[in-house]
Amino acid sequence: MKKTAIENIEITLLLDAIFERYGYDFRHYSRASIERRVRHFLSKSECDSISGMIPKLLHDESFFDIFVRDFSITVTDMFRDPFVYQSIRKNVVPILKTHPFVKVWHAGCATGEEAYSLAIILKEEGIYDKTTLFATDFNDGALDAAKKGIYALENAKKFTANYQAAGGTTSFSEYYHARYEAMALNQSLGKNITFANHNLVTDTIFGEMHLIMCRNVLIYFEKALQNRVLNLFSDSLVNGGILCLGTKESLMFSTISKLFAPMDENARLYQKKVL
Amino acid sequence: MTKNGYKAIVIGISAGGLAALSKLFSFLPNGFPLPVIVVQHVAATSNRFIYTLFNNKCRLTIKEADDKEEIQAGFIYFAPPDYHLLIERDETFSLSIDAKVNHSRPSIDVLFESAVYVWSSGLIGILMTGANSDGAHGMRLIKEHGGLIIAQDPKTAEYPVMPQSAIDTARVDKILSIEGIGEWLRDDLVHLTRDVKNESRSG
Repeated sequence: MKKTAIENIEITLLLDAIFERYGYDFRHYSRASIERRVRHFLSKSECDSISGMIPKLLHDESFFDIFVRDFSITVTDMFRDPFVYQSIRKNVVPILKTHPFVKVWHAGCATGEEAYSLAIILKEEGIYDKTTLFATDFNDGALDAAKKGIYALENAKKFTANYQAAGGTTSFSEYYHARYEAMALNQSLGKNITFANHNLVTDTIFGEMHLIMCRNVLIYFEKALQNRVLNLFSDSLVNGGILCLGTKESLMFSTISKLFAPMDENARLYQKKVL
Repeated sequence: MTKNGYKAIVIGISAGGLAALSKLFSFLPNGFPLPVIVVQHVAATSNRFIYTLFNNKCRLTIKEADDKEEIQAGFIYFAPPDYHLLIERDETFSLSIDAKVNHSRPSIDVLFESAVYVWSSGLIGILMTGANSDGAHGMRLIKEHGGLIIAQDPKTAEYPVMPQSAIDTARVDKILSIEGIGEWLRDDLVHLTRDVKNESRSG
């Protein structure tokens, strides 16, 4: 048997072991990214094979903690895809304004850049004070970073350009102060954000939301799991609520496509129909 | 797939890539038997217009790779800006926003490495003009798994660092100009004789 085929078996066993032992279910993630991350973790560990990591993961909880924190961190920018935020201003904000209070769920917030971006948009549009923004991720390491809202200063130039392209109404420097090599976002931006642990694969619906943002999370899932999560979003939205996906993700071929109408297909904004 | 067991071509390219690819693609004939998958380093904010520019000069269909899309011959796929592009074992694409690799997203190494695990010795890797060494490791991996690797002749590359790093890192099979690569793909690839007995087991 080829080495790559044996490695495939090892990874399947490793994912099964993690699920049985800790309940984290990576079995239906897109496999290629998982394999890359497992190989990367192996190269940094002291183990000499993927199957060799299994006993350690089963018996050593602190080793698993390191694994899961290292394993799943994605990297995004503030105002990634500025045109999406522009479209949110133009198409979504007017709808949110009609509600006495606004509930937003940012699912898979990673280290928080895009949750704070949305907070800035809502602030500039005058609706942040009546908004509760739930930003969730299953990775506690990412959530810790998100709560702090401190990013590498080398990002400031890119974030500023994105902010301007997203239609920012003031100067981006109003929202952070630079300290040493870091940019710290104003604490006030996090005032109405609740960062919480939620696992899209194993946890259930999350309140009656007016807007759900989940960008570049579904690309990590196999088709069946994508559908499960999209149904979770559909069930978590009020009628007329809005779903925002990543620019390479779509509702088009999912089981919930009929329940939604495209609001801005380019920005991947969909509105749940009133039935 | 070709009769001699090749299943896919992956191309890595960076600075100077626009002109080089435009020239290379003009050689590929109708009915070209393999899918072509390209990682070109581009700015995260770049739009997709550049790919359609190539479409006028090329007989194959050029498109940006979509998540979970089935990979087919007759197409040239590009990694979307600011996403890594990976190959699944069922010959579909996956995208990721994992951290940059070699300061790049998309990264050539990420594509090449994941493609090796799917196509092993059925893979052809090509590394062309560029000003950094992303892709060199992936080229070596392709060679180690029995695939075929081609570097653009650094003397003919607008930016020689990238193809030179492949030559320094891996035992490349061919070092050719852009026209040389184009002619080899058009005329020689399907006639190349090789032992493909071990091929059938990789599936």
